[in-house]
Amino acid sequence: MTIDLVHGRITLGLHELRAGPDGTPLLLLHGLGERTPAGVPDAVSTWGGPVYGLDFTGHGDSTVPAGGGYYAEVLMGDVDAALAHLGPAALYGRGLGAYVALLVTGARADVVRGTILGDGPGLAGGGTTPGSPFIVLPAPAKVVPPDPFALVELASDVRPPDYATAFARQATQASELAEPLAVVARGRPDWLAAVTAEPGVRTCTLDQALALYS
Amino acid sequence: MFAPLLADAGWRVVAWDHRGCGDSAHAALYSWSADVRDALAVLDTVADRPIPFIGHSKGGGLMLQLAESCPHRISKLVLIDGLPSPLAHPDIADHERTRLLAREISGWLDHRRRVAGNERKPDTLDGLAARRRRMNPRLSMEWLRYLVTVGGRHDADGWRWKIDPAMRPGGFGPWRPSWALERLPGLATPMLGLMGTQPEPMGWGATPEMIEPYLPTGARVVPFADTGHFIHIEQPERVAELTLEFLA
Repeated sequence: MTIDLVHGRITLGLHELRAGPDGTPLLLLHGLGERTPAGVPDAVSTWGGPVYGLDFTGHGDSTVPAGGGYYAEVLMGDVDAALAHLGPAALYGRGLGAYVALLVTGARADVVRGTILGDGPGLAGGGTTPGSPFIVLPAPAKVVPPDPFALVELASDVRPPDYATAFARQATQASELAEPLAVVARGRPDWLAAVTAEPGVRTCTLDQALALYS
Repeated sequence: MFAPLLADAGWRVVAWDHRGCGDSAHAALYSWSADVRDALAVLDTVADRPIPFIGHSKGGGLMLQLAESCPHRISKLVLIDGLPSPLAHPDIADHERTRLLAREISGWLDHRRRVAGNERKPDTLDGLAARRRRMNPRLSMEWLRYLVTVGGRHDADGWRWKIDPAMRPGGFGPWRPSWALERLPGLATPMLGLMGTQPEPMGWGATPEMIEPYLPTGARVVPFADTGHFIHIEQPERVAELTLEFLA
């Protein structure tokens, strides 16, 4: 089942992959250029509660806006729209989805019940400082998701380590959980290496992280 | 006031409203890089040879990045109180402070949740001009009233600013103002920078002394005594004179 959520002028596709049983919902956040999988991935089948997946703006069943303008904080707003619908939930983000999950966990520490940061497309983003500026004008022909503007802009989105750790600290300070962030990714771009080194951030396997937050 | 002086001197003057502002469409997404890309789209429709650009404030910062991205498309650059600053930029949405305040971020998200149905409150023409004057205390009521007639629209229940209420000034993000400043010495485009010297709410707080070490070779910066952020509105004749001399 797909639920349409409104985020500003964007309609987001929130997919219910598994209803019930009772328990904290797990919200899957896909990587750059991906979309929510058609069913519950085997890797998270041990989760005790319902499982949802959100298509980010410009991806999957969500609106592809005209003319781009993407950055990670807007996608944090996408997740916030999903949290407004779901209530308290745990997050599992892949790649780009892991970075966005970190941001929203810092911003909404009271409703995020544990966040798992995993490998996936778009994990590194544009590095720690901007490179030489450039302008890409994708062909305006028929645009289907994933939006080429999203691929370009979110792959060059700058992610300074101290910016990422500011969100991690907000999460660990404001969350009711002792360890609100679990790093299961094996890739370690600078922002994630810095987050992993923060007190209150656990490094473990995906199965251990799912058991921790279930 | 300013642009007609350039037209009188024989220039074809083209201006556009950024996405979400004035008569341009309200967009689903707004960002700095989208504004720069929009500028290139405008340039593509206006000229196929290099042309000069004049940018004020945020427009100056955007034109600087356009010139850095496409040095072959811009012949000369006039930046009116639009040079990068080592300080935070108070009038740019997604582009500035790295100081993270939990309240600031949750306030931004709360705004995103409300924004779908937002509409600006109506007021009288004088009411809008008076409110704007708090941001622009140096500008005359006559000018601000004129600004309302172009930046606002008259509905049955009163005047409203056209700017998209979904846009929110201030905010937070990973951007450091110093990043733009560090690129400035490499600018290939001949540049004239005009700088106000009186601090204003919408100004960037940069001084010629702060900028000087970063200026590219041959660039000229002219400070304007007793002038605020809107130099071309406070002193249109002098700005036109310097601009025309530079473009000649």
